[in-house]
Amino acid sequence: MLNNITMGQYYPVDSKVHRLDPRIKLILTIVFIVAVFMAKTFAGYALILGFVWMTSRLANVPFRMLMRGLKPLRLIIILTFLLNLFFTQGDTVWIEFWVIRITKEGFMQAAFYSLRLAFLVVGTSLLTLTTSPVALSDGIEILLTPLKKIHFPAHELAMMMTIALRFIPTLLEETDKIMKAQMARGADFESGNLLSRAKAMVPLLVPLFVSAFRRAGDLAMAMESRCYHGGEGRTRLRVLKITRNDWIACGAMAVLLGLIILEGIIL
Amino acid sequence: MSIEVSHLTHCYSEGSALRTVALNDVSFRIEDGEFIGIIGHTGSGKSTLVQHLNGLLKPSSGQVLVDGEDLNGEHVNRRALRQRIGLVFQYPEYQLFEETVAKDIAFGPKNQGLSADEIAERVRYAMDCVHLNYEKYAERSPFELSGGQMRRVAIAGVLAMRPSVLILDEPTAGLDPRGRDKILTMLEELHAREHVTIIMVSHSMDDMARLADRLIVMSEGKIVADGLPREIFAREDMMTSIGLDVPAAARLCAQLRTKGYDLPADLFRPEELKEQVLRLWKEGSAC
Repeated sequence: MLNNITMGQYYPVDSKVHRLDPRIKLILTIVFIVAVFMAKTFAGYALILGFVWMTSRLANVPFRMLMRGLKPLRLIIILTFLLNLFFTQGDTVWIEFWVIRITKEGFMQAAFYSLRLAFLVVGTSLLTLTTSPVALSDGIEILLTPLKKIHFPAHELAMMMTIALRFIPTLLEETDKIMKAQMARGADFESGNLLSRAKAMVPLLVPLFVSAFRRAGDLAMAMESRCYHGGEGRTRLRVLKITRNDWIACGAMAVLLGLIILEGIIL
Repeated sequence: MSIEVSHLTHCYSEGSALRTVALNDVSFRIEDGEFIGIIGHTGSGKSTLVQHLNGLLKPSSGQVLVDGEDLNGEHVNRRALRQRIGLVFQYPEYQLFEETVAKDIAFGPKNQGLSADEIAERVRYAMDCVHLNYEKYAERSPFELSGGQMRRVAIAGVLAMRPSVLILDEPTAGLDPRGRDKILTMLEELHAREHVTIIMVSHSMDDMARLADRLIVMSEGKIVADGLPREIFAREDMMTSIGLDVPAAARLCAQLRTKGYDLPADLFRPEELKEQVLRLWKEGSAC
């Protein structure tokens, strides 16, 4: 019933990109976003497209998986395109009737902004497609560590993320079980109007919450009995190491950023 | 009400790389009034099997016939049917949700669309079946009871629908000896007094020895034995080969026999063994 839901969008294959250090991938993603914003012309976008395509080839991730990330955002992208198309002032008029006025400048800007959005989404999808959620939260923790100076709970945040991710399948399984148990008592989750359906959720949600709290209590007890006391002085099971491939990836990103800056100056 | 399972096969995650066959061509027939024990190692398909018996899972192939009618047929009211074939899941106390014990037990009968009077009557009946005092417990929150009491409330929630077949998946798992004894006594009474057909899944051979009058042994999604407990517990080799035990009394009996004592091969209840050992003692052959 609920067992077909896959968590996140991690694409579990092995590749050079998958094996990169999550910290490096996070930083490179941020640099990539900067590069997208710095690109001023379509030539710059061609460079970025080339970069994305190359990375997806290296990562063994099919290009259509990347495109799938755009789906939930297609409304926003289309809206951005239309707004820019109709409301940008320009001199070279292409079409004009009644209140609608489409200019060349408007079209260019519309295409530019919606492409920018698309690149942002595709670039960040590359990160989540090639990095497992656990590795990702590891990377986030280490990158946020300097913020501990200002009492930012970096370790706690990462631990919360990891635990939440760990328990999603467990809770799904639990939901499935409780649902079946209530169906065995004649509960009906599928028919009726909105109100009666909402009411039908009570026998599902109450036990689910109770069990989530119980699990949280048990987990806290288990962690304490194994002497967990926060991130202070804690060593890791998976020690993150920067390898040659990480430097190569940084180099590639630096070249991309450099070319984009150059393109901004020349063109 | 008879249940007939014919050539039932069930696969999880059909059509993906994770496809696993949980049940493989399972067939048997359950008559009215039987007390059936389903035993098997973890992952042998017991839980998957019982969820087919009231239509919560759909078979990949094969049929489940209730009184000769296909459970997954087009015109079958599965909701009504689930109320006649009550299923108590593993750790059923985790399904409790109401403010009071009485309200929680009333959930099933309410879904059946009964009148308020009838519901109240059913709640009393069900609490009586599971030996919970109505005056004492009806208005208490189910969440402040002990584990064993919570489980009995959950079982009462199914009994309140007055099913003619009751299926229980590991009803004694995780209970202390007293809680477990209470549940078993309750099932015994229910079977004797109300003639409810009972199908019980369990790991505990001693529970089975005490209650079941027929055993179905499962291993890796298939039925490997189906018969009287007496016959099945005598086959200790077969049981150990699929990772199961025999009741303590049956094991002791087998050990005594290998030492040359003249005991029948098919003893499995502590009382029977006691009588036989006493008989040998009196005859004086035991020395």
